[in-house]
Amino acid sequence: MSRLTICIVDYGVGNTHSVANALSFLDYKVKISQHSDIVRSADILILPGVGAFEVAISNLKSSGLQELLHELVIEKQKPILGICVGMQMMATYSEENGHHSGLNWIPGAVVKLDEKFGFPVPHVGWNTISPVIHEPLFTTAHNESHFYFDHSFYFKPDAQHHVAATVNYGPSITAAVQHENICGVQFHPEKSQTNGLKLFRSFVNGIQQYA
Amino acid sequence: MLKKRIIAVLPVYNGIVVQSIGFHKYLPVGKAEIAIEFLNAWGIDEIVVADITARKNQRVIQPGFIKQISKKCLVPLTVGGGITRLEDVHELIHSGADKVCVNNPVLTNPGLISEIARNYGDQCVVASIDIIRENNSLYVWDYTTKTRSTQSVAQVLQTAIQAGAGELLINSVHNDGKYTGYDTELFTEVCNQVTVPVLACGGARNAESMIQLLNATEVSAACAGNFFHFFEHSVTITKKEIAKHSDAIRIETAANYKQNEVDAYGRLIKKDDAVLEHLLYLKIEKEII
Repeated sequence: MSRLTICIVDYGVGNTHSVANALSFLDYKVKISQHSDIVRSADILILPGVGAFEVAISNLKSSGLQELLHELVIEKQKPILGICVGMQMMATYSEENGHHSGLNWIPGAVVKLDEKFGFPVPHVGWNTISPVIHEPLFTTAHNESHFYFDHSFYFKPDAQHHVAATVNYGPSITAAVQHENICGVQFHPEKSQTNGLKLFRSFVNGIQQYA
Repeated sequence: MLKKRIIAVLPVYNGIVVQSIGFHKYLPVGKAEIAIEFLNAWGIDEIVVADITARKNQRVIQPGFIKQISKKCLVPLTVGGGITRLEDVHELIHSGADKVCVNNPVLTNPGLISEIARNYGDQCVVASIDIIRENNSLYVWDYTTKTRSTQSVAQVLQTAIQAGAGELLINSVHNDGKYTGYDTELFTEVCNQVTVPVLACGGARNAESMIQLLNATEVSAACAGNFFHFFEHSVTITKKEIAKHSDAIRIETAANYKQNEVDAYGRLIKKDDAVLEHLLYLKIEKEII
């Protein structure tokens, strides 16, 4: 069987190389690219994180990647995993530095973490998550698995059934979302040691039934 | 529950990880990629790599170097040293860094912090601030001139926050490399003035120092540079000692040493021969990812 090819979509910002390091560790064929033929030929797409919403989404729009991703993900149902701001872009809009519309793949808003709960903002560090939908992201995760978070804004999907995992930081907030072939995580699996590797593995093994 | 982080800070001097003593004396430790690979395997929560010779030589920490050292780093990697432009950040984040750390720009060019935050989000920028205690007063230390800055500690903290720094890495210069324990008063004072996470660095001697720091202050992370290099599995053993006093510690390594005793230096005490003999016949299933 030929090895799966995973394309990390390079939209300017985003810690592309960190994600590539983790996936290479699992022996997948990894490409980092913004070129349509490379993105098109991949079996699975990853939209990496680390970026401000406004810059990330405007890069995606100005580079023509938005139309390409719409065609591949919505029309052709190619599996995709969004990480951090890569997930947030799947929302209807974000309130980070103004009001900016997103891809609207999973209806909902990206809003600021509330400081009134007395926790430092941004939410940075290792926190334990509670999976709600176990497959495909958390098929092999232990209870109380730690993942690395680093964010000031979080995704509030309109429909509760899109929430795949939650995390407590003051109130319970969205840690992961899923809708058919579209998955997103607020934390950074590429930076969450063994738990992150397990998530990538179960995502890749499990997501293809949705494609 | 969000855990307190145990962070390794690796000062790099001409490509070699060093122990730093008082910000002026440096002892070689070894190659950065090996230190990172081991710290990662021992369950560190995060790693900061700072090229301390970059700014003096008017260059940026090299993206090629970051590519090399990040290969086996499966925890967040913050890098710093000589960053002056947004393009530097762009290259570093595309080379395996997850966050960047700036020090001198906090004093001289806070606009750079805003620019990075606007593009990469405030969670991507760590402001590193060096503070020195002299005659029982706190001052901001400017390492480029080796003098106290004219700006007050409160001023500099506010500048960093307002510019958009997502975290503050506070180094207590007077304790650096001295194994005195952390200056908990300093960190309490800083935590009282800000709402972003504070990472405390300077003076760590062993697990006991970290326990005191985490008990006495609201810091989000205890950082150490030197003592993690002194013995095998240092991070795992340190964490299991801290975990006796706090449940806000992440322990997920396959070996956690919870059944082992340690000596006054934090080193493992050898188990009885009969126990070791028994261990020979224990089969441990390796988890396949």
